[in-house]
Amino acid sequence: MRYRLLTAALAATAALQFAGPAAATDLEVIHWWTSKGESAAVSQFAKAFDNDGHGDRWVDSAIALGETARSTVMQRVLGGDPPGAAQFNPGRQYEELISGGKLLDLTDVATAGKWDEVIRPKAIGSACLVDGHWWCVPVNIHSNYWAWYSKPVFEKAGVPEPKNLADFIAAAPKIKEAGLIPFAIGGDGNGWQIQLLFQDMVTEALGVAQRDKMYTTKSAEIAGGPEMKGVFTQLRTLKQFTDNGYANRNWNDTTNLVITGKAGLQVMGDWARGEFAAAGMTGVKDFGCMIGLNEAKPVVSTDGDIILFFKQGNADVEAAQKRLAALLISPEVQVAFNNAKGSMPVRGDVDMSTADPCMQKSLKAVEDPANIVTATNRFITENTNQQLNELVAQFFADDSMTADDATAKFATIIGSSD
Amino acid sequence: MQKSWRRRFHLPAVIGTIPMILVAVGVFVIGIGFSVLWSFTSSKLFPTYDFVGLAQYRRLWADNRWLVSVNNIWFFGLMSITCNMVFGYLLAVFMDQRIRQEDLFRSIFLYPFAMSLIVTGLVWQWALDPNLGLQEALRNWGWSSFSFAPLVSAETALYALVVAGIWQGSGVTMAILLAGLRGIDEDIWKAARVDGIPTWRTHMSIVAPMMKGAFATAFVLQCVSVVRVYDLVIAMTGGGPGIATSMPAVYVIQLITVRQNVGQGMAAATMMLLPVLVVLAFSGILLWRRNRLREAGA
Repeated sequence: MRYRLLTAALAATAALQFAGPAAATDLEVIHWWTSKGESAAVSQFAKAFDNDGHGDRWVDSAIALGETARSTVMQRVLGGDPPGAAQFNPGRQYEELISGGKLLDLTDVATAGKWDEVIRPKAIGSACLVDGHWWCVPVNIHSNYWAWYSKPVFEKAGVPEPKNLADFIAAAPKIKEAGLIPFAIGGDGNGWQIQLLFQDMVTEALGVAQRDKMYTTKSAEIAGGPEMKGVFTQLRTLKQFTDNGYANRNWNDTTNLVITGKAGLQVMGDWARGEFAAAGMTGVKDFGCMIGLNEAKPVVSTDGDIILFFKQGNADVEAAQKRLAALLISPEVQVAFNNAKGSMPVRGDVDMSTADPCMQKSLKAVEDPANIVTATNRFITENTNQQLNELVAQFFADDSMTADDATAKFATIIGSSD
Repeated sequence: MQKSWRRRFHLPAVIGTIPMILVAVGVFVIGIGFSVLWSFTSSKLFPTYDFVGLAQYRRLWADNRWLVSVNNIWFFGLMSITCNMVFGYLLAVFMDQRIRQEDLFRSIFLYPFAMSLIVTGLVWQWALDPNLGLQEALRNWGWSSFSFAPLVSAETALYALVVAGIWQGSGVTMAILLAGLRGIDEDIWKAARVDGIPTWRTHMSIVAPMMKGAFATAFVLQCVSVVRVYDLVIAMTGGGPGIATSMPAVYVIQLITVRQNVGQGMAAATMMLLPVLVVLAFSGILLWRRNRLREAGA
């Protein structure tokens, strides 16, 4: 008697499960969007996926710091328990995942959504389109080529707002005299912030064409040349204008120094704009943005984020993965996400009239292909990337290492990269 | 025949050690075997069996970060083991003076060891952060020229790690050595006092040699913790500033997980195993010789 009731209850729950939406699915997504502006942006994805009408649920796995999140994903894949989806940066970080057959082929979703037509510029799509198959979804275009500065700081120090890096270096001593930190930077995660600055300076010093040639031909000659020595010398100059709390600081705490008017300028990708927005600031009066390291030569890089989907061996889950893939790139989600994040949408056919003055600058620059800098990650593997991180971070931390030494080491790394 | 086998292998003892044997063989021997095997391959993200000879080792020893890591571990190891043994012994002698509140003091000294290195490392990092910790506090109290930020400078960060390592490790050394001290017969002290030998001399020449076993245990524990030092570095400096405080274990994990370069990471892991094997072989030979001498003597 008692058992009959229990059985009936069990049967009812089982029936309910089948009566619900055909394929209600939880999908775990690993990403490193952990700062205030970033989590505001990623919640747009989660909201859209939770309300897609199929009863799907976005299971959020946010892991701070890109290299930590990526290595977690790699370990999970190797251990046979891949997450449903994961954030990566476009480049060579995932080439072995493709060749190892770990990723879900999204070609049918892409064909249905005409991705090859709507995604612009082409370089963004090519990060995912490998051998005629789509392996990932580009979700935004981030440019690493930005400097953000606090207008009140420059006012207080009585110096004009900078138009290029040389302006800033000239103004920096005055800011220091005013008791403020002229140059904000952080050294966490193996020094990736320092390398971002360094790469911006390399492009500025070599020019886009010469820089691309150095990375594609792995030219130790260009990498060991006088321009590169100039970059290292300038990097040492910038170090004098930092504060001594930089060593372990992450990027958003660094941005916060600029937001709160404690520091003058930070070189960081445009995800920093999301922090300013989350702090309620606009790019008209509170903070300024310098596109590239030289307003006269605006450049936009094709960095950004992509979402990879992993093979699950379960048709229901794969259907949900494909629903999410289509959703991420849909016009409404693109606008909501990118406005919160500070990045540009990957499709040119959406209305970005609400974008702030800084993004308007990049939307204008991206129209001219000559302004587009290919992301460094496209040329180099994660191994080389980390070697460069280490070199630049070591040079930045250790004043006894000369610019000549650093240039020679840089040439060796580039020359022997694979 | 039957009898001698029984005497050698007690069945309960064999059953009791089976889990340990399985773990030792399964995890250590097989795991180490694969590590060594993959160190000779060109494995990147996924392990492969494409053998490239010693190429990974050549790249390893040409890698600046590895060289820095090896230098650091020697410095860190020598400094922290020496200081831990000295401080641990002094603390143990202090505790052995029949002081009041001995339990309280013992808990205080052992406390750092009981806590996770990630937690204590983070606390150290905050305390030494120029914008959050000691420096800022003293400046706010009016000492505006005070400057103390060892973790942000490449020259001093390693010393800060050593200090944290000593703070963490001397307590457990004390506990082991204290047990050793307590094991010394009271009569020996009395005899030494009757002979008019100064206390320090008794410690150096009589008590310390009698505590050989306790010293050896403490020393081995210290060595092990030095070779695998990882969490302290990650929590306190992340290997930085730059690469100034990188250690071999940090390097291995970084290569395997972040740099997606399993082959070279395994080569580094194999290099970490070598000194341990050398020490093991050395002590094995010593033990064998001693046994043989004893047998010959008997």
